Amino acid sequence: MIGTAIRYAPLLILAALWEAVTRLGIVPREMLPPLSTVFVAFVGMLRDGSLPANAAQSFLRGAAGLAAAIVVGFLLGAGMALRPRFHAVAGPLVQAFYPLPKTALVPLVMIWFGLGDMGKIVLIFLGCLLPVTLGTYNGIRGVDRVLVWSARSLGARPREILLEVMLPAALPQLLTGLRTATAFAFLLMVASELIIANNGLGYLIGSLGDNGAYPAMYAAIMTVIALGFFADRGFAALSAHLLRWRA
Amino acid sequence: MSGQAALERLPGRSGWARPGPWLRIAALRASGIVGVLVVWAIVGQFGLVRPFLVPPLPAVVAQLGDDVVTGGFAISAASTLYRALAGFALACAIGIPVGILISRNRLVGWFVTPIVSVGFPTPTLAFLPIFMLWFGVFDLSKIVMTTFSTVFTVIAAADAGTRGVERHLVWSAESLGAKRTAVFFEVMLPAAMPQILTGLQVALPLALIVEVAAEMLMGGDGLGGRMLQAENYADSVGVYAGIIEIAVVGAIAVGGMARLRQRLLRWHVETAAR
Repeated sequence: MIGTAIRYAPLLILAALWEAVTRLGIVPREMLPPLSTVFVAFVGMLRDGSLPANAAQSFLRGAAGLAAAIVVGFLLGAGMALRPRFHAVAGPLVQAFYPLPKTALVPLVMIWFGLGDMGKIVLIFLGCLLPVTLGTYNGIRGVDRVLVWSARSLGARPREILLEVMLPAALPQLLTGLRTATAFAFLLMVASELIIANNGLGYLIGSLGDNGAYPAMYAAIMTVIALGFFADRGFAALSAHLLRWRA
Repeated sequence: MSGQAALERLPGRSGWARPGPWLRIAALRASGIVGVLVVWAIVGQFGLVRPFLVPPLPAVVAQLGDDVVTGGFAISAASTLYRALAGFALACAIGIPVGILISRNRLVGWFVTPIVSVGFPTPTLAFLPIFMLWFGVFDLSKIVMTTFSTVFTVIAAADAGTRGVERHLVWSAESLGAKRTAVFFEVMLPAAMPQILTGLQVALPLALIVEVAAEMLMGGDGLGGRMLQAENYADSVGVYAGIIEIAVVGAIAVGGMARLRQRLLRWHVETAAR
């Protein structure tokens, strides 16, 4: 408890510094509203429900896109690692798609799906697909052959080998891919909602900024930061739990 | 971070379980991309999907040719690359020293580590309205945006890289009488280099992702800005051509970074193994 307090004390120092420079007029308030006014705006947006409603909207988009990317990415990666012929066909496509900055797809999904949820979900799906695919692919390729041979000689069926030998052995790399994908999901969610949307946290940030409601805008931005941070921490805890059997 | 090194390894080039005749392999490898292009051409030719959703392939090719000949592509690509690379370079100039300091100095480590652990998973584009407020809508705010988006990745990589340097290497150099600066520049830094470069290889595509989004939000004559303009004019040919142009720029950046890695790590086992 005290350890955590000491570890995160620098953030409190920064917060105090923020409040001080704005109260003392070193930084003009139009540029940076005092932290206390940001907090008041935060509570206000919690009360009138605008923050929870938009956060729920963003969460649904991110979760749907990420979930689809995990399922498809895993199948794609496992297929490429286990089936040379599929690898030969899909590999070059993956190579061609990999260097594309995925925000370039925002106008495309707008053309296809308009301004609603579907376009954002597809964008997040496409952006998160390759980290999952590559994590699975490299994870399974890196599985010790001896493990697979042993399982086979003990009479394991192919499905059992995939789920009970390969999946656990590939898990560390798979989880690294998932962590990258989660960060991408947040980034693309905010990007697409900022660029064009009618709701969601990104939209909230953009519209509050356009209206000059800066304390509220800062409050919404800090909410996004907190959500990203806790998602990442939660993911790290989950990884540690799933990998606890490793030496 | 070590896992991220593995993510940088792309499928496609590595060996085969059972190599067949090379012609068949080449045909298989080409079939994916050729298949996509053929389906696209057929869909466009017979109007299976509204041309607005999937414009005919020849129209997109013509648009690409036009952009290259008129120099529009070169100008847009140059301004996108300029801002992305300037932001990225700034992130390296700040991030590498800070990352090294974190692992070497306890006070700096204590202060900066929590900031990085918050900044690293943050969807940094959320800060764009703040940077617009502070730095306006021109090049400066976009450069600051890309720097801010990539600096945490660079810091984390430099920190992990120097932290992971084998103690024996440092001890050996010290016992042979090397001075502190020599130990740092000739032992620590080269030993940490692979991991630092891995961080840069993650950060550079991120810089492009953020730069393209920033252009879509703030305008400016880059590839992303032009694409959003095409979208606003319902010019789907322009959007498709824009995606291909951005993909080319992305491929050049990713490929160039991999080249740089090979060059800088010429002495390393990793390069020799190729």
